[in-house]
Amino acid sequence: MFDTSNVIVGLEIGTSKVCAVVGEVNAEGELNIVGLGQARSRGVRKGEICDAPVAEEDVRNAIVEAEHMADVEIRSVYLGVTGAHVRGCNNRGVHQIVSADREISEEDVQDVVKNAKAINRSPENHVIHAIRQHFLVDGQDGIPNPVGMLGSRVEVDMHVIQGNFNRLQNSVRTVKGLQLEVDEIVFTGLASSLALLTNEQKELGALVIDIGGGTTEYVVYSKGVIKHIGVLAVGGDHVSNDLAYGLKVPLGRAEQLKCEHGCALANRANAGPDITIPNEFGLPQKTVSVENLRRIMALRLEEVFQLIAQDLELAGVLDYLRAGVFICGGGARIPQIAQLAEKVLQMPTSIGQTNSISGLKSAQEHPEFAAAIGLVKVGSKQQRKRTGRKSLAGDIGNTIKQMLGRA
Amino acid sequence: METNLPLENEAAAAAASRPLTVKIFGVGSGGIAMLELIARSPLAGASLAAISADAESLARSTVGEKISVETKLLRGLGTGGDPERGAAAAEEFFPTLKEACAGATAVFIVAGLGGGAGTGISPVLARAAKEAGALVLAFVTLPFLCEGNRRQQIARRGLEQLKAQADGVICLPNQKLFQLIDENTSVVEMFKATGGLLAEGVNSVWQLLARKGLIEIHFADLCGLLKDRHGESCFATASATGAARAREVVAQLFAHPLLDGGKVLTEAEAVLVSLTGGPDLTMAEVNRVMEQITGQCPQAQIIMGAAIDESFQQRLAITLVVTRRGATASKKVSTGDAGESDSLPEKETGARPQSRLVPPPPEISQEMAREIFASKTPGASRSRKSHAKMSQGTLPLEIISKGRFDKSEPTIHKGEDLDVPTYIRRGVALN
Repeated sequence: MFDTSNVIVGLEIGTSKVCAVVGEVNAEGELNIVGLGQARSRGVRKGEICDAPVAEEDVRNAIVEAEHMADVEIRSVYLGVTGAHVRGCNNRGVHQIVSADREISEEDVQDVVKNAKAINRSPENHVIHAIRQHFLVDGQDGIPNPVGMLGSRVEVDMHVIQGNFNRLQNSVRTVKGLQLEVDEIVFTGLASSLALLTNEQKELGALVIDIGGGTTEYVVYSKGVIKHIGVLAVGGDHVSNDLAYGLKVPLGRAEQLKCEHGCALANRANAGPDITIPNEFGLPQKTVSVENLRRIMALRLEEVFQLIAQDLELAGVLDYLRAGVFICGGGARIPQIAQLAEKVLQMPTSIGQTNSISGLKSAQEHPEFAAAIGLVKVGSKQQRKRTGRKSLAGDIGNTIKQMLGRA
Repeated sequence: METNLPLENEAAAAAASRPLTVKIFGVGSGGIAMLELIARSPLAGASLAAISADAESLARSTVGEKISVETKLLRGLGTGGDPERGAAAAEEFFPTLKEACAGATAVFIVAGLGGGAGTGISPVLARAAKEAGALVLAFVTLPFLCEGNRRQQIARRGLEQLKAQADGVICLPNQKLFQLIDENTSVVEMFKATGGLLAEGVNSVWQLLARKGLIEIHFADLCGLLKDRHGESCFATASATGAARAREVVAQLFAHPLLDGGKVLTEAEAVLVSLTGGPDLTMAEVNRVMEQITGQCPQAQIIMGAAIDESFQQRLAITLVVTRRGATASKKVSTGDAGESDSLPEKETGARPQSRLVPPPPEISQEMAREIFASKTPGASRSRKSHAKMSQGTLPLEIISKGRFDKSEPTIHKGEDLDVPTYIRRGVALN
């Protein structure tokens, strides 16, 4: 009926929402967002599925909504994964050049990359991404592509992101249970960073913090490549839970208070009046102090940033972030969150905008869709690689045909 | 409870600019007796005063000034164990109390809670001292369990009131000492021992505030540590001389009766450490001591101070003020701590919704429960000691619920459970 080959779908099964974004690559090779579907997530805690049947239903709802909006049939998705078990490490692979002329060939590069991927990991772990950083030829640093260069020894730095295989498979199985194919699994933090950052920002060095419902992912770019990633299993849910405990209100009410009166900074100036919560008859039931609410919230969020700052300092990347910090995810909606991050991390901070893609403007203004949009972007890049090869083959075929035709 | 951190800091800054003048009040007959003990060691720059409602106990006092809050209301009979009468009498003398506090930078209130005078007058005195511009720190004892339920309740209520008024309260439940002291100790000696411990505490806190240190501890630090904590606070002091003093002093400290063999430290929420040494104090020694203390309580918030005293040749003294978390079940029972465990059953039964299907559990007092348990445990009746150890544990006072993360994998980061609200882990008080 219609060609689905250039439809790319990103699916993020988050703790608070399931989100499916449909993208389309147009004739000029540009990526266009054409559809978006979302559903409230009920079967996920801290970024991982804990109730598969419920999660499956939520995914189905999101996919159906996206299909309606984009008017396409979704067959395969790029699936975002996260969870506290996901971690990254930097690894270096070495390869000796043995050919007579000492020219580095394509095969040598593949070999060295293969060596770098062979990291010391426990058997239950699965490598989600192995991202090439830079090549070194005979100790000479910062070479993006060594093919054709002369040298006796080529090395490569890789950033390897790995996670627990079984826990990753949980979400893959949920999607497969809906008769959908999984093109690839992608770490959601990586997807968010792809959606938010421009090449210049990656080159300057930037930190992307995706504050989700159950987890907070962060990705550090420096000199154009990923240097460090991390996942903290703390998110908006924790803020709500803290409020429910501290203000002695039910969780649902805490969630509502967070959205209506929440603020990332607590000080005397923005204390505001107390809130009176009515019961079902409209009579006042309980009074909640806004000052307490904001203080509880501020402490939790401050701690999240402090933990990130500590981790980055340990990794030694805190001083290389000249483009600053970009916040996305539902947490980016909290008023004054950027000011708080600025205060803790001591860096210019802004709310991330997914402006590198055309299409549905409304979807891009929402920081919480960054991960799903990023997934589509990952998909489009992969597709381009594939179609690129195909078209090259097609071109050769055409030339041969032409030659034959002429003859 | 109100926290006024900026204000406190200002007050502390003001206090720092003035020379530290401390006035120590012994309130009620218990407080006056303890004041006598405190007066035995000289405290430079501290003045003492005794306050009571009956002339008899005042007459026994030999130190400092005496303030009687005797009114017509009491008809010369004292408070008769009624704190409300004590409070009413103190209110009448409020201007006098305020005047007595005038000029002092800090006021220490020493009292035995559970009676009429100490329990009733102390909160009023704390308020008067605060109005006079002094910082208030209270050192109080809680009565023995055998003194009866009523006294316990009075003491606990008094403690709450005092906590609301004073900047900091250090509380010593007498019952805690019961296990530590030999069975043959006479009653008089027993009270002397508890008084002595409290006096030691007053003395050490005074020392750490009065001595100008290299690394100073401000009064505000101390108040911040003691204020609005859910648990109780206790203190310990130790000193040693000689080459191996750093090791010895820590060993002594961990053997201190109030620290329960260092167990209190592992449960500590916040610890204030004050070191005093001679001019020969080395950094390595400070480091060794601190390492061992922090090793015991990796999760506690630690405030550290160090001071040099010329007279401390070859000597190293250390004072610890520890605030505990709402102690764990086994803890509460093994110490037989009167502090807060008793209030638990009342609160629990009050909060539990009545179910129509399941009959409520039968009312069992602690004693009965203990008896039942003992009869079921073979060999428990053979020795008294094992009897005490085997008794049924009670739940801690404050159960920190993890809410929606109850069933998910806990998020542990460097030994801290991140699912527990941050403000609780950091001990931040809400108002």
